[in-house]
Amino acid sequence: MNMAARIAEAHVGLTGVTRVFGSDPQTQVKALGPIELELRKGEFFAVVGPSGCGKSTLFDIVAGLSPATSGKVTFEGRPLTGSAVPDGIGVVFQEDASFPWLTVADNVAFGIRRAGLSEAEVSRRVTATLALMGLADFAKAYPAQLSGGMRQRVCIARTLVQRPRLILLDEPFGALDQQTRLIMGEELLKLWRETGATILLITHALDEAAMLADRIGVMSARPGRILDIVETPWGIERDSRVVSDPRFGDITGRLWSRLREESMAALATAGQ
Amino acid sequence: MRHAAILRLAIIAAIVALLELLSRSGVISRFVAPPPSEIAVDLVRLLTSDRVQAAIAQTLSKITIACGAAIVVGTALGVLIHRSRALAQTLSPYFGAYYAVPIYAFYPLMIAIFGIGEAPQIVIGFMLAIVAVIVNTINALDRIPRVLRKTVAIYGMGSIEASWNVYLPYAGPYLATGIKLAVAYSFIGVIGAEFIMSRIGIGHEIVFAYNNFDNEVMYPLILFVLLVAGTINGLFSAWEKRLLGRRSRS
Amino acid sequence: MTKDLRNHVLVLVVLLVLWQAVYLFVGDLALRSPLDTARAAFGLVRSEGFGAHLRETATAFATALAIAIVLGVAIGFALGMNRLAGEVGEPLLVSFYSLPKITVYPIVLLIFGIGMPSKVAFGAIHGIMPIAIFTLGALRNVPPVLIRTARVLRLGAWQSAWSVLFPAARPEIFTGLRLGFSLTLIGTLLGEMFASQRGLGFLLMQAIGLHDTDLIMALTSLIVLFAVLASMMLLACDRALRHGS
Repeated sequence: MNMAARIAEAHVGLTGVTRVFGSDPQTQVKALGPIELELRKGEFFAVVGPSGCGKSTLFDIVAGLSPATSGKVTFEGRPLTGSAVPDGIGVVFQEDASFPWLTVADNVAFGIRRAGLSEAEVSRRVTATLALMGLADFAKAYPAQLSGGMRQRVCIARTLVQRPRLILLDEPFGALDQQTRLIMGEELLKLWRETGATILLITHALDEAAMLADRIGVMSARPGRILDIVETPWGIERDSRVVSDPRFGDITGRLWSRLREESMAALATAGQ
Repeated sequence: MRHAAILRLAIIAAIVALLELLSRSGVISRFVAPPPSEIAVDLVRLLTSDRVQAAIAQTLSKITIACGAAIVVGTALGVLIHRSRALAQTLSPYFGAYYAVPIYAFYPLMIAIFGIGEAPQIVIGFMLAIVAVIVNTINALDRIPRVLRKTVAIYGMGSIEASWNVYLPYAGPYLATGIKLAVAYSFIGVIGAEFIMSRIGIGHEIVFAYNNFDNEVMYPLILFVLLVAGTINGLFSAWEKRLLGRRSRS
Repeated sequence: MTKDLRNHVLVLVVLLVLWQAVYLFVGDLALRSPLDTARAAFGLVRSEGFGAHLRETATAFATALAIAIVLGVAIGFALGMNRLAGEVGEPLLVSFYSLPKITVYPIVLLIFGIGMPSKVAFGAIHGIMPIAIFTLGALRNVPPVLIRTARVLRLGAWQSAWSVLFPAARPEIFTGLRLGFSLTLIGTLLGEMFASQRGLGFLLMQAIGLHDTDLIMALTSLIVLFAVLASMMLLACDRALRHGS
């Protein structure tokens, strides 16, 4: 599939999406929006924004974890209600969400076993996914015996094994050190190429967004809106070496110039 | 770890040896307590005779029923109460005060409801044990991180499935504390009820022996209860440790 | 705060309705209605001789609680400030805590005789262990960075225990005190029930023996009322301690 055909089709659409917390007009908080955004099928889209701008609220709405107050969200043409996570969407959180009472293999098998796949199919898919994520040697280990990076891999594997067409990641490497983040980022790019899934990545790290994404949405301070969309020039075969490309500095510089005032505004209102 | 276990055994051995010495030398009078070695010998003799076997069987089966029921019902109630934050918070001081209530005062009421026989003693053991299980289940469920609740939503689980497949397994090692307390409290409830008004059971035998200054029966029976309760407690602790061991990096 | 009050009123109403329902079901034989119980309790409080029994129990309970707190916190600190001591001692504390103490009551009686010392000892035995266990756990949960800070400030062992460890561990120690409070109260009452000539526990045991349902209900409801009110106050203090720090 060539690049042009791959990105032509809309996969996720948000029109006029807002989110307001609280019902009392005196005390309610406008957390988000209105947001207009379209994710193309197969693209890697990153969202950056100042802290408290509603990134995670946006994430929950697209994941189908919570409803939008107004506006419309569609996934593959069907509307999302915010009451259930639809088939075909996979989610990875910042926090370690592995189940500590299950082995790595049982963690990865959890979702497809629930879906009622035959045990033979479950074990075939789990083996393949563990191999893909470099976890093959740890199938029988418990999460507590692994490092933070490896545990996050378990969570990613648990998501991938269900073959999602849209993968949502909320600061998935936020708790990891910088070197591990770069390596995990490279692996994520590899997975993206191999699965062909659409990826929406929420992050506060500008360099991470600049290295990983095809397009980067810059959000404003609360209530978060999309201020700008920055495209990156890297080809589909990119990896962490793009950080030494001179254009990399241009992109992070452009992101920061859009974000600087918003971050200062966010800091000033954070105390309220 | 090993070092600590050895030291612990040494301390227990030292205390027993000291008691033996004090008793043999007459500092503790024989009327108050016989030496530990004699208690142990008496216990073996008592267990091999058929003097108290019926009582022991009676008491242990009552405790088993009371404790088992308390664990099952208490865990279910704990899960239910935990679903409402306001309910759990409102009930908290009542649970705290519960153990100050002399449950035995309701013994006549139990007899009126459940008749004379073994049922009232079982109910008292159950009533003492269940609140420990409820409180502990709520505490254990409080430890569940938010990300796990989100994960449950991702998989689209219903609340029963989520409790059974995610929340209870996560809370498993912390539930062991409640189970241990349930064992202890069902012992206390059943034996205490037997103390007051029963014609059969270990508690009755202990009181009977106390009233007749029969130290050769009283002390071995007390030792027996402590050994049984201690062993069960130890088994659950080992299980708890194994579950927790999987969770922590060591 | 008003929401809390409403919830507590609701719990109270549900309890009273349940009580009345059980009463209608069981009848007069072994239960009294809430209203009759209130009347009996009022009569009991105003009756002659009740004051002496109450004073006896209050003295025994206060003494037992003081002993339990002092010894419990001391044991907790002794084991909590030394790693090896904690590893050796904690399982002993926990297993002693979970043993049915009622079975050793005859031994307490043989040692202390019938009367005040036995009651106090039995109450204190119940209270010491939870306080010691919670204190030990609280000290273990103090963030290591605070202990390192105490060392950087060159505080001695006593100074760091008093001005860093204790304040940092205070909320959790207080949780142990709440549990210890209830258990010391039941221990004292049990002590009075099984071997005493005075006190509320003695009155209760006597009432059970005589099948005096009015007296049983009156005494039990007074004890429950006291325990619940005390528990609520302690819980409020507990929450205040946690919010403050």
